[in-house]
Amino acid sequence: MKFYTEPIAKSPRIPKLVEALYEKMPRIEADRAVLLTESYKATEGEPIITRRAKAFAHILEHIPIIIRDNELIVGSATVAPRGCQVFPEYSFEWLESEFDTVETRVADPFYISEDTKETLAEVYKYWKGKTTSELATSYMSDEAKLAIDHGMFTPGNYFYNGIGHLTVDYPKVLAVGYRGILEEVKAELKKLRPGDADYAKRKHFLDAVVISCEAAIKYAKRYAELAASMAKTASDIGRRKELESIAAICRSVPENGAEGFHEACQSFWFIQMLLQIESSGHSISPGRFDQYMYPYYKKDLDAGKISREDAQELMDCVWVKLNDLNKVRDAASAEGFAGYSLFQNLIVGGQDKHGRDATNDLSFMAVTATEHVFLPQPSFSVRVWNGSPHEFLIRAAELTRTGIGFPAYYNDEVIIPSLQSRGLTLEDARDYNIIGCVEPQKAAKTDGWHDAAFFNMCRPLEMVFSQGMDKGVQIGPKTSDVATMKTYEEFETAYREQMNYFIELMVNADNAIDVAHGERCPLPFQSCMVEDCIGRGKSLQEGGALYNFTGPQGFGIANVTDALYAIKKLVFEDKKYTLPFFKEALEHNYGKDMDSAMAAKLTQQIAASVAASGKMPTEEDIKTIYLTVKNNPASEDAKKKYGELLSDIASLTKFGNDDDEIDLFAREIAYTYTKPMEQYKNPRGGIFQAGLYPVSANVPLGAQTGATPDGRLAYTPIADGVSPAAGRDIKGPTAAANSVSRLDHYIASNGTLFNMKFHPSALEGRSGLESFVALVRGYFDQKGSHMQFNVVSRETLRDAQKHPEKYKSLVVRVAGYSALFTTLSKGLQEDIINRTEQQGF
Amino acid sequence: MENSILETTGRIFNVQRFSIHDGPGIRTIIFLKGCPLRCRWCCNPESQEWKQETMVTAGVSKPVGRDVTVREVMEEILRDRVYYNRSGGGGMTLSGGECLWQPDFSEALLKAAKEYGISTAIETTGYAEMDVIRRLLPYVDTVLMDIKHTDPVKHKEFTTRDNKLILENAVHIARESKNLIIRTPVIPTFNSSPDEIRSIAEFARSLDGVKEMHLLPYHRIGSDKYAGLGRAYTMAHVSPPTREQMEALLEVVNATGLMGSIGG
Repeated sequence: MKFYTEPIAKSPRIPKLVEALYEKMPRIEADRAVLLTESYKATEGEPIITRRAKAFAHILEHIPIIIRDNELIVGSATVAPRGCQVFPEYSFEWLESEFDTVETRVADPFYISEDTKETLAEVYKYWKGKTTSELATSYMSDEAKLAIDHGMFTPGNYFYNGIGHLTVDYPKVLAVGYRGILEEVKAELKKLRPGDADYAKRKHFLDAVVISCEAAIKYAKRYAELAASMAKTASDIGRRKELESIAAICRSVPENGAEGFHEACQSFWFIQMLLQIESSGHSISPGRFDQYMYPYYKKDLDAGKISREDAQELMDCVWVKLNDLNKVRDAASAEGFAGYSLFQNLIVGGQDKHGRDATNDLSFMAVTATEHVFLPQPSFSVRVWNGSPHEFLIRAAELTRTGIGFPAYYNDEVIIPSLQSRGLTLEDARDYNIIGCVEPQKAAKTDGWHDAAFFNMCRPLEMVFSQGMDKGVQIGPKTSDVATMKTYEEFETAYREQMNYFIELMVNADNAIDVAHGERCPLPFQSCMVEDCIGRGKSLQEGGALYNFTGPQGFGIANVTDALYAIKKLVFEDKKYTLPFFKEALEHNYGKDMDSAMAAKLTQQIAASVAASGKMPTEEDIKTIYLTVKNNPASEDAKKKYGELLSDIASLTKFGNDDDEIDLFAREIAYTYTKPMEQYKNPRGGIFQAGLYPVSANVPLGAQTGATPDGRLAYTPIADGVSPAAGRDIKGPTAAANSVSRLDHYIASNGTLFNMKFHPSALEGRSGLESFVALVRGYFDQKGSHMQFNVVSRETLRDAQKHPEKYKSLVVRVAGYSALFTTLSKGLQEDIINRTEQQGF
Repeated sequence: MENSILETTGRIFNVQRFSIHDGPGIRTIIFLKGCPLRCRWCCNPESQEWKQETMVTAGVSKPVGRDVTVREVMEEILRDRVYYNRSGGGGMTLSGGECLWQPDFSEALLKAAKEYGISTAIETTGYAEMDVIRRLLPYVDTVLMDIKHTDPVKHKEFTTRDNKLILENAVHIARESKNLIIRTPVIPTFNSSPDEIRSIAEFARSLDGVKEMHLLPYHRIGSDKYAGLGRAYTMAHVSPPTREQMEALLEVVNATGLMGSIGG
């Protein structure tokens, strides 16, 4: 056997670290915001890149630091475990308006003290008119802003936050340290000629990199000093030794190259955490950890300096630390990215850049670390190709069987050619890793803007029926009246026209945000670890990377497919219903009353807008509104007719049941999103590329979407990713997988997401694992790109809803990531429960 | 392939893909309609009658049983070929009902599957003339055969049929098939005592080449179907065996030298 495959036992240190991390609700801290603002005030008028670097340095010099009990890998962005800093340079109004609700909200609550509120309120005065989001808004077209207001798509991710979504050159920093990068920058500075046209910009960028790297080095030294002084007072001799060794390591890295495995782990962690202090982007992904850490592991192991158990413990410590980072989002986004997730995707296995299998000991140990720590971070992924060792996939399947929702499985055989088709070299494509949820890219060379917007494919379908009208406003093109449509093709043409129109507006919004980041928040620190920012002398945000993309993701393929299919069959082939009747049935939500929770939510919104207009609604008014919203006004006769339509829709075949006709139809529907995207360019010199995945936005955005012709009722969740609509795939996992594989996964080069939920019994015993691996292999043979699994029973999830206290650690796969089930909103919990649960029969 | 094979028709009531507990690998099970036995615990009561019926499931009345050609079945079978191959020896399983009671159809299905290079298995009571069974055996890779009891009286009482033919056939099938696995549903009140299981295991052990025996614990998953068919479920008072009971019976099986397992 090439690898050491047996799981290594868990060190007693790990449960202690985990327990301490989860003792309290996470807390918002103001230090970063205060230091940032101080620095900005002191640098008014200087070039923005310089101001960014100086602010970063000022923060690192003064932000409180802490070494937590039992830690071997140190460095925390906040004093409180799992706390978060805030980033007013991107946006702040939302947090200010949520000061009093952020602690009690359903999705991802955070504790915030009165002191912190006051401090932040003071800081925010400075930022009015200076944020990226404000600049982005002023750059957007009016039509795009209108479309956003009407929920056609939402570019909120980068509108409110930093970009993140990258994998930097960890191996380079591990090898040469920031000292090495400084040498490189100095050489570059020497090459500069005063007469160069771009002298000013390049010089300032390179100077900013120098400031940032020096700051990072000094920051680590603060930890060295802290560890040394703690060592002096430590009463426990064992802990004293550990602290002394931590002090020595922090004196050496990340300034210099790492010597051994412990230094490499610590250096890795400083890089990861510092990226998260520089900007608020999430999905800063460690990437191929098993590959770039292996040389340090092997060296120490061969030299007898470390045992496998030691190495495992250090890896486990890194895994725990990845959960120490946190991020507060606005309430709406928190639902879309629910579960306190930072989406730090770490991937193992797969091919190396020469096309050989790269699985090694650390690939196995990464599986074990995920088992040991059993927390939502890192987002753990496995690359699979035709040459993946079977034993490795079996080991991965064992992890799947625990129900943690990891790993997600990715198919080299699709992703590599897909990336090549976007201009990556073969070597770069083979060396891909995953960003965030499911987005493939080449580390250290790419600025992928992978999570650029959510595009709800069901909304343009609504616009076909309304001729572009929404809530009394013309927001889309006035396509022809459905009553006049004679053929299915006319209907589909109108859908395409609506799609194309809103896709273009989404591009407009994304590019406006992109320009705003380039102008207001270029990031010198992260840029110095991505090729070729140093060579080009500009930041990532200004186009410094070798590969530049913008990847907004569409979702709702299954619903739109089933919907258009229903219209094609029932209206144009069987001629059983007319389009105006369909329209009427949709407007009346098929005659169904509204779910009381949803009705309550809508009532609140209406009452709030009435109140905003100056007239406080009385209790009686609110009751009337509620009943009007909740009870369907359709006549009994009409309800009966709508009911017949619903049952006719239900009896049609649906996407996800291995039916060639509708599956190939789905392939065409997916193209209505993925193909138009290819023609657009971004301001960094790259292109747009589509993804087909929803994170968890299919639930909140579904709650803004009326009834659809596939029989989906108003305001209910939309299908997630490329998966069949919840509960509609009834022929088992192989049939669902065959259906999904019929989509074109190559063109969705920003990633596709296929969710499957398993009952634990399906994976019982070695034969269960074998069957599971065969299912993944079989789907991948047919060129599916990604697959992920929840292995919990419906009863377990129901019980967890009733007794959340018993299930604090229940991790479920949400979308491109896993989260603690009990921290999810009720709506999202229901959606997860309702995803078809596949059993072995 | 000969058209006559593909056009052979038969009656089925269900096709179940991704079956992983009935024979090796990932399998597609074809459930044939009609069975000579009436086992009291049967979890597929809709399989027993040859005639087409309606069954109420979750308040909705649905027809049970449809006539299909081998061509139609193979089209469904072939859809999961990639998973059969990837799982190492997965394929088609004929179950029921009783496939031996539609010998022309079963033979054609098995022949067709072998021609397409797909591994085959049958789940059977073994209750048919041996000459009928001999027609199928050349095309069957694994026979999963039930031995429910060694006592003819008790067997007849709970299944309505004597076990003489079954036990005789088992001896022949063991000699003439490629691979025979014995399965025993463990039914409290019927055969769940250690002595009864030991007797079955000893019989199985005596069969040529038989190495494996599966104990399938009784479950009540099918009980709602009886109501749905308007029939009485006479086993409502019987509780499934406990995990400990099953483990103890497994020991009994293993003690005979067979390789026992719980479940498929």
